[in-house]
Amino acid sequence: MADQATFADQAMQYMPSLYSAALRMTRNPADAEDLVQESYLKAYRGFGGFQEGTNLKAWLYKILTNTFINSYRSKKRRPELTEIEDVEDLYLYRRLGGLEGATAGRSAEEEVLDLFTESEIKDAIEALPEQFRIAVLLADVEGFSYKEIADILDVPIGTVMSRLHRGRKALQKTLYEFGRSRGLVGDRDG
Amino acid sequence: MVDADNAACRDAVQRLYHFLDGELTPERRQLIQRHLDECTDCIEAYEFEAELRLAISRGCRESVPETLRVRIAQAIAFENPGPRGFPPGGLPGSTPGLSGSL
Repeated sequence: MADQATFADQAMQYMPSLYSAALRMTRNPADAEDLVQESYLKAYRGFGGFQEGTNLKAWLYKILTNTFINSYRSKKRRPELTEIEDVEDLYLYRRLGGLEGATAGRSAEEEVLDLFTESEIKDAIEALPEQFRIAVLLADVEGFSYKEIADILDVPIGTVMSRLHRGRKALQKTLYEFGRSRGLVGDRDG
Repeated sequence: MVDADNAACRDAVQRLYHFLDGELTPERRQLIQRHLDECTDCIEAYEFEAELRLAISRGCRESVPETLRVRIAQAIAFENPGPRGFPPGGLPGSTPGLSGSL
């Protein structure tokens, strides 16, 4: 049993993470703010049921994700894809590998970080179908383990791994398309 | 480029995400690590993927609007009968949506 009086002290620190995730989920600031507020209220009301000493951040994410799925998803006009195209391993790396020559002496980090703008990265994530998008956010942005994500989403670990695998590769393909349309990367195959 | 015909490279590529996610058994992790120590092609691919992930997580970091912080703090204060005597469910005439069914 967690004491409601300690809720603010314990839970408010996660607001930047929750808000960032909410923005990627809802894809607009007004809905993201409402989603975070609603989630915090639910969490506050249900805090008595939170097991002190367990993972509070994961518990808050479960509330956020469920609230999003139950209340915000229905606002969408078009149905979400549940399947995405299969993309080969190392999709982006294989296509950007040729850049090494042009930028000799630079680390992989500098190259990748400079290659795409923040808004391209956000857009690429938001372009993912919902279930893949949520899995990628939870793993790659928030750093949750497979087990934690499985608990948050109430799906088997195998499903988490499959969504991550395919979602990450689809994300690479979208980023590549962005880079290509900006003329950043050439038309390179294989 | 990573050698697709080499079994060790293929194995490393196949387990790349599990490795970066920290979800391999220590034994498997060690096997991959040993391969990475001697295969510059694979280590480059691994570094690229690791940095891409860093770029993704940095790109998604947002700061919370101050108005939202205030809204949430107020909504919680209204929930709480607390020392200031706010009734549960909010003050009369408080912002719609702060009380009621959620």
